[in-house]
Amino acid sequence: MAPGLEHYLILSAVLFSIGLFGTVVKRSAVLILICIEIMLAAVNIALVAFSRFITPVELTGQLFAIFVIVVAAAEVAIGLAIILALYRQRHTIDTKKIDLLKW
Amino acid sequence: MGLQIAFWLLSAIIVGSALGVVWQINLFRAAILLIVCFLATAGIFVILSADFIAAAQVIINVGAVAILIILSIMLTREVTRGSPSNRMGLPAFILVGVFAVCVIFGVITTTWSVSKVPPTEPTTAALANLLLDGSGFVFVIQLSAIMLISIIIGAIVLLKEKE
Repeated sequence: MAPGLEHYLILSAVLFSIGLFGTVVKRSAVLILICIEIMLAAVNIALVAFSRFITPVELTGQLFAIFVIVVAAAEVAIGLAIILALYRQRHTIDTKKIDLLKW
Repeated sequence: MGLQIAFWLLSAIIVGSALGVVWQINLFRAAILLIVCFLATAGIFVILSADFIAAAQVIINVGAVAILIILSIMLTREVTRGSPSNRMGLPAFILVGVFAVCVIFGVITTTWSVSKVPPTEPTTAALANLLLDGSGFVFVIQLSAIMLISIIIGAIVLLKEKE
């Protein structure tokens, strides 16, 4: 039998969990961004799977996936700009040492 | 049958490369594994008959985002230092495991109203019609244009050399 909606949703959940774990655990700021990208890819899989299986003709889920891709690209651009600015100022991107806002 | 093989193969590649990203100490290899993960995700989109999303995924995420990330890894010289984890490894693992089990339980126990209609194929023209024929998405396109231009200006301002 062909894989059903549940298969894709479980794949999406597993991928999202891996990305969440990396985001919480990793100390390098670039790696945190990479893990956020993985989470967004998981969300895209879920959106496209819903669009394919629940509303195959209307394509609204795929439209949402396009907007997710746009926002993800923008988020990466601004996030890497912030990381590079931080690196210029403090010569590290270790999130343990970036504690300007810590009290 | 072919769909099934493709699904399981691509799922194995996606989960394996994502685990590799988290597991890998070398940052550069983690970025390469991210590209593998994105490509396999594009394959999943293809077998979900979402051809335009697959192409956009390859062009934007593999072509632009991953290159940007690799470039910034090189610029920040973090390759040598690697990517160590913090002390929260075990609690985060437990929490994320509970989260994943909850989501998977919810997915399995829900009865989805799966439609039997064959999907729209190819999707590019249909997506363009949906975006621009006045069904409420034109405003979102305008908003994303404003967002992109402000992101570009913001990145330039952030990285401008101070005199």
